[in-house]
Amino acid sequence: MINLFQKLPLSFFNKDKGPYGLLSVFMFIAVGLTLLPALVVASSLLQPSLEVWAHLWDTILPGMLKNTFILLVGVSVGTFVIGTTLAWIVTAYEFPGKKTFKWLLVLPMAVPAYVMGFIYMAMFDFAGPFQTFFRNTGMQIAFPQIRSGFGAVLVMTLVLYPYVYLLAKAGFEEQSKSAFEAAKVLGAGRLRTFFKVALPLARPSIAAGVALAAMESLADFATVRYFNFPTVADGILRVWHGLMDLGAASELAGMLAFFSLLVLLTEQKMRSRKAYHQTKGKNQGVPAIFLTGYKGLIASFICISVFFAAFGLPLLQLLYWAALEISQITPHTLSVYGGLALRSFTLSVTAAFFTVLAALFISSVSRLGSGKFSRYLARASTVGYSIPGAVIGVGILIPLSALDRYINYVAGNLWGIDLGLVFTGSLIGLIYAYVVRFMAIAYGSIDSSMDKIPPNTVLAARVLGANAYRIIFKIKLPLILPGIIAGAVLVFVDVMKELPITVVLRPMSYDTLSIWVWQMAAESLWTDTALPALAIVLVGIVPVWMLMRKRKND
Amino acid sequence: MNISNESSRDDFVVLSGIIKRYSDITAVDNLDISIRKGEFFSLLGPSGCGKTTTLRLIAGLDCLSGGSISIDGKLVSNTTFFIPPEKRAIGIVFQDYALFPHMTVFENVAFGLYGQNKNQVAKRVNDLLSLTGLGGMDKKYPHELSGGQRQRVALARSLAPAPKVMLLDEPFSNLDAELRESLRSETKQILKESGTTVILVTHDQEEAFSLSDRVGLLNFGKLEQVGTPYEIYHDPASRFVADFVGKADFVPAYAEENYIVSSIGKFLNNKNYCLNASNVDLMIRPDDVTIEADVNGDAFIEDMLFLGSDVLYKLKLSNDVIIHSIGLSAYPIPKGTRVKVSINMPHTVFFPVSDKTQHNK
Repeated sequence: MINLFQKLPLSFFNKDKGPYGLLSVFMFIAVGLTLLPALVVASSLLQPSLEVWAHLWDTILPGMLKNTFILLVGVSVGTFVIGTTLAWIVTAYEFPGKKTFKWLLVLPMAVPAYVMGFIYMAMFDFAGPFQTFFRNTGMQIAFPQIRSGFGAVLVMTLVLYPYVYLLAKAGFEEQSKSAFEAAKVLGAGRLRTFFKVALPLARPSIAAGVALAAMESLADFATVRYFNFPTVADGILRVWHGLMDLGAASELAGMLAFFSLLVLLTEQKMRSRKAYHQTKGKNQGVPAIFLTGYKGLIASFICISVFFAAFGLPLLQLLYWAALEISQITPHTLSVYGGLALRSFTLSVTAAFFTVLAALFISSVSRLGSGKFSRYLARASTVGYSIPGAVIGVGILIPLSALDRYINYVAGNLWGIDLGLVFTGSLIGLIYAYVVRFMAIAYGSIDSSMDKIPPNTVLAARVLGANAYRIIFKIKLPLILPGIIAGAVLVFVDVMKELPITVVLRPMSYDTLSIWVWQMAAESLWTDTALPALAIVLVGIVPVWMLMRKRKND
Repeated sequence: MNISNESSRDDFVVLSGIIKRYSDITAVDNLDISIRKGEFFSLLGPSGCGKTTTLRLIAGLDCLSGGSISIDGKLVSNTTFFIPPEKRAIGIVFQDYALFPHMTVFENVAFGLYGQNKNQVAKRVNDLLSLTGLGGMDKKYPHELSGGQRQRVALARSLAPAPKVMLLDEPFSNLDAELRESLRSETKQILKESGTTVILVTHDQEEAFSLSDRVGLLNFGKLEQVGTPYEIYHDPASRFVADFVGKADFVPAYAEENYIVSSIGKFLNNKNYCLNASNVDLMIRPDDVTIEADVNGDAFIEDMLFLGSDVLYKLKLSNDVIIHSIGLSAYPIPKGTRVKVSINMPHTVFFPVSDKTQHNK
């Protein structure tokens, strides 16, 4: 077996290090499994069924395409404007409360769009408190219809701008001071410096942030459904749940994948045209100007209003509903919530465990090889992060249901027993999809901590007589443990918040916190959503807190 | 000149004809070196000369492409046989020290004493910590230590299992100049006390000279010369060695049977080559040349470089030959002064004119 694979050009076997042929086979299998969903969906694009397309085109497709495009452009522009402006304000100026705002402005990231969406809908709809209040005071104010593309763009901009904000802020902070001083000496004012120096220099970071936000907006199906603004992601689930038409769903999934590819390519183009070299070191960052008097208050006001709109207000509303719910809680509802939390927790822990295990395996084995090939292969396993959840869901559903049919056929014919749906009816498919989707997070965290192990440290341990066992357990694992923990926590939180994959692949009536929130919100049962939604938001704050702590330490 | 061939009973680390080839270059090219027991030996050379590769081959961190290595009379590596590093009874101090960041100083030093009695380990570690002047530091973590302290922890850690051979890979290069000097003599003291055979890799001739009993000079993976620091400096075996180690002027000269004749004087020919009245280049070191102000002198000071404790004079002789001289800086002789030159060399060193050795200094 080993010899066979040594002969294959695929084997990245290193003669100095012993026989790793078998490990490389496992590595191929692991990476292949992470690529499978994308390949399944891509292959369905390569063999389009004209009937399906003709039908889709006659019915829902034109509207969905238009909506998807509007959402993509709207969210990109919105997050770019809000994220970049806020990042510039907190780096280029000193004003009251700046240090607090710097991290408060990241908090909206903890709120999933499908939570923010129903809160905004409840608050600003015709029956909501705002419109009711103004109606009762007799004022004639024309409220824009919240159940619209406008509402969807607004809500997603508010939860997704932190991506742009964080990356733009990093982009501004790493710029060399001297570039600004040079601009100043050359007579450029603050505004001109921003447009001519700071913004172009930070372009690669900002492009990355906008791309992340755009990808998230593409992947969302729940928010757009609340606002009655169906996009392609929503279409996939409608076709699958409503018509049980896996073929049409996969064609739509291919189209959605195509959209995200477009976003990625645009980002690459924005980023790669120029690679900006900047001096590293202490002389970094835009020199901040002190804003005094009303100017400082304006800056504080801008920050506080964005924070309030994107986090404060929705949180208060959630807390209010939660209080209502708690006041009338019964043992029965409590046990329902307990069940939801337990299922979410079980799923998140299991997914985090397997994702970290797979990332650990792929990262370690890729380092045994001598060439670059194995490193590229390992990188390929992270592709799931740039594929919308619904696409991964469909890409896994197709092969697994075929497998289930095959197993049942074989089992039925050979032993005359009915096994049921082994993969699609259990948590296996769901966990598999989570691993594919969130591999990038665990891999990035673990791989970068492995990079930080100085090679001489391992050599030193060897020279001091340590065997392989001691090197792994006394040197390597303790050194990468922080990376493993961080990766596990991030995957845990993301699975807790995840919706599209869960909707597609969960076993019948397996309700989690996120599923419950989505279903109750769709029924406008606000108080029933409050506690699970609050739990999701609180868990979502954990990575924000980790991010802030890491920044402080760096 | 090559002492390595005089094999003796003291030979402890023996490299015979070792070769290391990478895909396109030969990093170590047929090296023969014998290092004696208890000796402090340095591998000196410019970067890329193969000195670190040689060290890694001795340690067993790389495999040989040819030749063999033995330690204490036992073969440790040839092209078909290989004892892994953990079984060679060697110690290494890396350039970056490679301390275990998640372990305390005590745990670092105790790492190589795995499986021994706890009390013994504690005693050995504490002895080493006080030997290296790290007493009381046992509970600190590497990031809480200064550069010099880290270097000493690395030294204590590799000394702990009482290795037969200690390998030092540029262990002083990450320290600032002042600290480097004091740590050098301290390290030498500690290693001498332990009685370990030491092999040091360095590109710094001053470091090699001040620490070593003998020095091996490498260039392009080949051994240029092995000898005591005195021999290397005053009796270099090649033009490369003469150039790499210290400053040297080369004066055109003419070899006779018993003398080397040049415009600056006649010197005893104590070498057995270039006897047939051929043209040679005579090596003159600035410290072989002394000058004295003299209006009738046949040279004058064209330029003067103030170096601190010394002054370097650039002298122009009557026949336009340029040589240099080192003098004390307290009483410098001004530029333009006519001087009388006297040369006093214990060895006459000269090279055939054709011998223009290339090197990447």
